[in-house]
Amino acid sequence: MAEFKQAPAGASVAEQAMTWVDNRFPATKMYKEHMSEYYAPKAQNFWYFFGSLALLVLVIQIVTGIFLVMHYKPDAALAFASVEYIMRDVPWGWLIRYMHSTGASAFFIVVYLHMWRGLIYGSYQKPRELIWIFGVAIFLCLMAEAFMGYLLPWGQMSFWGAQVIINLFAAIPFIGPDLALLIRGDYVVGDATLNRFFAFHVIAVPLVLIGLVVAHIIALHEVGSNNPDGIEIKEKKDPKTGIPLDGIPFHPYYTVHDLIGVGVFLMIFSAIVFFAPEMGGYFLEFNNFIPADALKTPAHIAPVWYFTPYYSMLRAVTDQMVYVFVGIVAIAAVLAVLRGRLSGAMKLAVLVSAVVVIALLMAFDAKFWGVVVMGVAVMVLFPLPWLDKSPVKSIRYRPGWNKWLYGIFVVNFLVLGYLGIKPPSDIGTLVSQVGTLFYFGFFLLMPWWSRIGTFKPVPERVTFHAH
Amino acid sequence: MSEAKVDPGRRTWIAITCGAGAVGGAAVAVPFISSFAPSERAKAAGAPVQADISGLRPGEKMTVEWRGKPVWIVRRTEEQLASLKLTEPLVADPFSKRNPSELTPEYARNVPRSIKPEVFVAVGICSHLGCSPTDKFNPGPQPSLPDDWHGGFFCPCHGSTFDMAGRVFKNKPAPDNLEVPRHMYLSDTTLLIGEDSKG
Repeated sequence: MAEFKQAPAGASVAEQAMTWVDNRFPATKMYKEHMSEYYAPKAQNFWYFFGSLALLVLVIQIVTGIFLVMHYKPDAALAFASVEYIMRDVPWGWLIRYMHSTGASAFFIVVYLHMWRGLIYGSYQKPRELIWIFGVAIFLCLMAEAFMGYLLPWGQMSFWGAQVIINLFAAIPFIGPDLALLIRGDYVVGDATLNRFFAFHVIAVPLVLIGLVVAHIIALHEVGSNNPDGIEIKEKKDPKTGIPLDGIPFHPYYTVHDLIGVGVFLMIFSAIVFFAPEMGGYFLEFNNFIPADALKTPAHIAPVWYFTPYYSMLRAVTDQMVYVFVGIVAIAAVLAVLRGRLSGAMKLAVLVSAVVVIALLMAFDAKFWGVVVMGVAVMVLFPLPWLDKSPVKSIRYRPGWNKWLYGIFVVNFLVLGYLGIKPPSDIGTLVSQVGTLFYFGFFLLMPWWSRIGTFKPVPERVTFHAH
Repeated sequence: MSEAKVDPGRRTWIAITCGAGAVGGAAVAVPFISSFAPSERAKAAGAPVQADISGLRPGEKMTVEWRGKPVWIVRRTEEQLASLKLTEPLVADPFSKRNPSELTPEYARNVPRSIKPEVFVAVGICSHLGCSPTDKFNPGPQPSLPDDWHGGFFCPCHGSTFDMAGRVFKNKPAPDNLEVPRHMYLSDTTLLIGEDSKG
């Protein structure tokens, strides 16, 4: 046990009280570690707002969610009407509900931008691999949370969206149908499904989410924040104080800095909540204002915008696309055997596994592989720290053509998202097939392309222009 | 502590205790996971339903609910039945050979996939991801459909197409034909869906 500290003679009552607390709970110690003596690099730009904004949106979602649960009924016969009751009869209920529904979309906008920041500045590279992995896990939880929350209003899109996504699990060979039954708790999406999704949405997933956010921040504060130059500020410390020369205390510098971001964010957020809460059918789909009808699928169903890039990839996997996969696996295996610096046994292993993969590709339906592609599209983010073999972190010091590549990656992701909203068409399928191949090529070929080209010299200190 | 000698007897007991604890923990998970399964009430629901098709004219479709799913009853026209011959080379499984025990009862394993050729009974749920396809009975070119369309069903979710016998066209996301439920005629105009002479 630590020794009891004594407040200095003549200390104020507040100081004495704080000493009393600190002897029993590390309040001042934690405040210093995470706020006043947590040194973040100066010259963090616009992109660094989105971490704190994601935390803000999480708080908005939890607070509005608690108040919605006070009026919502998780019952297939009552759910739709209870949401309308919140919208029409509960005082200010419409505002709380619109904050929650807009918050869901805002969460994904902020998180996508936050992930993009990590991507371009190499924030996932050593020593920040675990921060990235916790982050991807948060993203997965967020997807589950959004999906299950979307069922709760029990509108047409809620019902048929859940029907489609749960049936994705049914595509898994052998165990799929039983697994889907276990998820639904009934032979069709119904009251049992709604009730359990409610439990997951309001209790289970938020608890996991908060735990992961804490782990994300603890890991971040252990290694320190990255910066647009992608250099480690801890390598250049003031010899006397031991404080990084390019570091500034998080409080007050970044708390005040982030308040600007919060201000701008809240302006945009309020504008949407008050003037365009449905966002033209993108944040709240029009068909969801019709109660769920198990007998009739709406003429056009699409997931909410934040899932559509992945949904496009799912739709891109047709029988022909599976043949393309077979071709790619075969070419990759042949290249590994001919060009790879592998031992004979390893080459044999590569060939055998390629044959097995091709046999599996041919054995199961394209439907199952569509589901696999959709899942892997998210999972491929986990090993990113080990896929990137670039000697520098930040895009600033990577070869010039990398900027084009990252630009195309974003455009491709947006095009996939756009196609996922549209009804299926032949040309759309073709474009999304090319887009899917590009998306996976970007990540899976990264160990090769990230080494190519001339890298610019990385500066010793962060680039900073005082204003 | 690290200098002390390991007492192997105590180590064994610690290992046994940990193992027993893990088994107990896993056993506790069983009732919780089991509670996800359909309840007795959900299992009991799903009795067969009757449908009166006396008012159904050629080219019309009616929908009844059975086990929470839409069941379509279509009285096909002569042309629609004739179109099945034209779509035969275009569909993936023209003779209902895939998963016949689940999708097509033996009395419907024929070209029109029905007991009476004109009356088509099918569960209106796409075999891809469970959307309910929409009617596209009018032949000819139209959006999202091929130009040589002979009439059938179109799934709005992922673009699978089915002919007038619920047979899925080739190279579409849906792997299987539409399910024909067990059904039988109680009289000439009354159908029982969900049960046949074999139960």
